[in-house]
Amino acid sequence: MNKILLIIQREYVTRVRKKAFLIMMFAVPLLLAGMTALIAYVAKDNNQITKPQIVKVIDESHLFEGKLKNAKNIQFIPTNEPIEKAKQELKDNEDLSVLLISKDYAHKPVQFFSKKKPSFTLTGEVENQMNEIASTNTMLANHIDTALLNQAKKNRVNVSAMEVTEAGTKDANVGASMGVGIACAILIYMSLFIYGAQVMRGVIEEKTSRIIEVIISSVKPFQLMLGKIIGVGLVGLTQFTAWIVLSIIATKFAGNNSSSGIMGALQTLQTIPVGYVLGCFLFYFITGYLLYSALFAAVGSAVDSETETQQFMFPITLPLLFTYILSVSVLFQAPDSPLAVWLSIIPFTAPVAMMVRIPFGGVPDWQLGLSMFMMVVGFLFTTYVAARIYRVGILMYGKKASFKELSKWFFYKE
Amino acid sequence: MLSIRNIVKQYAGHRALNDVSLEVESGKIFGLLGPNGAGKTSLIRIINQITAPDSGEVYFNGEKLNQSHIERIGYLPEERGLYKKMEIGEQMIYLARLKGLTRDDATKKLKFWFEKLGMETWWKKKIEELSKGMQQKAQFVATVLHEPDLIILDEPFSGFDPVNAELIKDEILELNRKGATILFSTHRMESVEELCDSIALIHKSHKILDGRVKHIRNSYKNETYLVEYTGEPLAFDGSQPFDIISELAGEDNSNTIKLKLNNSNTANDVLQYLLPKTRINMLQEVIPSMNEIFIEKVNLIA
Repeated sequence: MNKILLIIQREYVTRVRKKAFLIMMFAVPLLLAGMTALIAYVAKDNNQITKPQIVKVIDESHLFEGKLKNAKNIQFIPTNEPIEKAKQELKDNEDLSVLLISKDYAHKPVQFFSKKKPSFTLTGEVENQMNEIASTNTMLANHIDTALLNQAKKNRVNVSAMEVTEAGTKDANVGASMGVGIACAILIYMSLFIYGAQVMRGVIEEKTSRIIEVIISSVKPFQLMLGKIIGVGLVGLTQFTAWIVLSIIATKFAGNNSSSGIMGALQTLQTIPVGYVLGCFLFYFITGYLLYSALFAAVGSAVDSETETQQFMFPITLPLLFTYILSVSVLFQAPDSPLAVWLSIIPFTAPVAMMVRIPFGGVPDWQLGLSMFMMVVGFLFTTYVAARIYRVGILMYGKKASFKELSKWFFYKE
Repeated sequence: MLSIRNIVKQYAGHRALNDVSLEVESGKIFGLLGPNGAGKTSLIRIINQITAPDSGEVYFNGEKLNQSHIERIGYLPEERGLYKKMEIGEQMIYLARLKGLTRDDATKKLKFWFEKLGMETWWKKKIEELSKGMQQKAQFVATVLHEPDLIILDEPFSGFDPVNAELIKDEILELNRKGATILFSTHRMESVEELCDSIALIHKSHKILDGRVKHIRNSYKNETYLVEYTGEPLAFDGSQPFDIISELAGEDNSNTIKLKLNNSNTANDVLQYLLPKTRINMLQEVIPSMNEIFIEKVNLIA
């Protein structure tokens, strides 16, 4: 037991001490924060016109004269200049544009000239106003009372999605659940791969550097394998904890001094039970990691170099990949479908499939319980199988391992 | 110290060890000899509890081999290796702690060894920064750091330059003088006569010979002698009390003959026959080297 602790300690310390770990720890939240800020900034920039824009209106139809109202940072100036002359002026002024309304505006497109591509907000504003004016004109021409119509338009119906649960109705923010579900699926899928591969690489390193024989003359192969798996797993948990803490600090910081966009996003996130999702995430990360990393360790023990791992990696990662693809394409739209339920109970696919379902809430307790129980059974099973392959594999050199070979190793006596 | 009884180890395609029994006496140096692929490493792995035999038993100081004995054995595998990216001092301490030493104890002992072998400046170096010979030295230290009662060395001299090989040999002898039992495997016979008290010869998974080196060599004496004389080369007509195996003319008018006694004659009879005829410089009994015995034995079985 003491020796397993020693191994865990070494695996953990050597990895955490690496520069790459520290960089990852700070870089990922920074990158996320930076990306959020960038998106918020870009979105804001696109939505609002920061500089005053002048739009010269050449109205050949004369239907819109005086009816275009100045909006924020947009000023409409009617003019009778010929279009060619107006276009000349555009070349020297970025904040100037020309709106050309032909006589037959209903059939010939209205043209909007400017030096640069105009922002969507500007063209949108122009389009909105013109549509309004045009339809009012049409109604007037057809003797429809626009005042009555305006009143009628105020009767807007708003549909708000409510979910009926035993605890009462609550807001069902489907968008946020989907987002969190998919994010969880991606995160757990990637982390199972990243840390599983780290275990595998560690095993290959010990095998190729030949230190393995020295180590297993001191400890049992199973102790070494378990120590490595737990050590790398703790590195993963440390990484996650650091990310969560840093993200909380970052959002606190960002929330204090900036945009309503991020705050809005946070608000919608609060409709999701964060503690419950986080708890489930940790459980499925730990058990899923134990399940897969044992298999990764067995693969690492069977090969002489990383390039040989391909043939084994594919079948092992297939269920994970399959669920992942299903999750981000189909499952999140139907989190309670039979397929989703089944996938979230089978241990090999459960970590990803269940994490898609959890944020939506409403996973029955028995399903969650069964799934968790199966996860524990699953990792005990894979660890047992992997350990039997591992103890033989680590001492085999220069033998091209196949699945047939691996199954033989499984049945070897001590 | 170590009693190996009727060990059988079967691998998928072949039998690595077939009913092998050995006794290693406490405080001695024991050589495990045999050509490549004979089963030496398989036997060593069984003693180290890396693999288990299919049948047979190993006793360590009279107790059946178990996990508690691991800490009293030091093992240098044939294929050397350490963690490449780990600092050497830290790595040595880690390996020693796996063998049951405390951190303080390991640090103290490591300092002693580093000083002894002139490695003080290596402490903070990573293994990959060291030359191959330096790595081997470090690994040797890792093997003996926890002061094992039994030191098992698989081909200890391979990979060392002559200077370091000599250094390591001296260290092995010193450890032996301090009471450690040494078991080492090799296929290089020169080192055997120099170092070993006893040997076992393994060939094609069978033990074909074992015992004390002196006894073995004496039992392979076959009444062969070397005689060197000065003077005209002698001609033999068949009446002499020996058969000629070979004749060699040397410098300064000297000649050497290798002869084998016949008809229960002795070395005295040889001298009596030769003395009137020439001037004898030397008469020496030829004791076969381990190398010759090894080759003879292996060829006999093949």
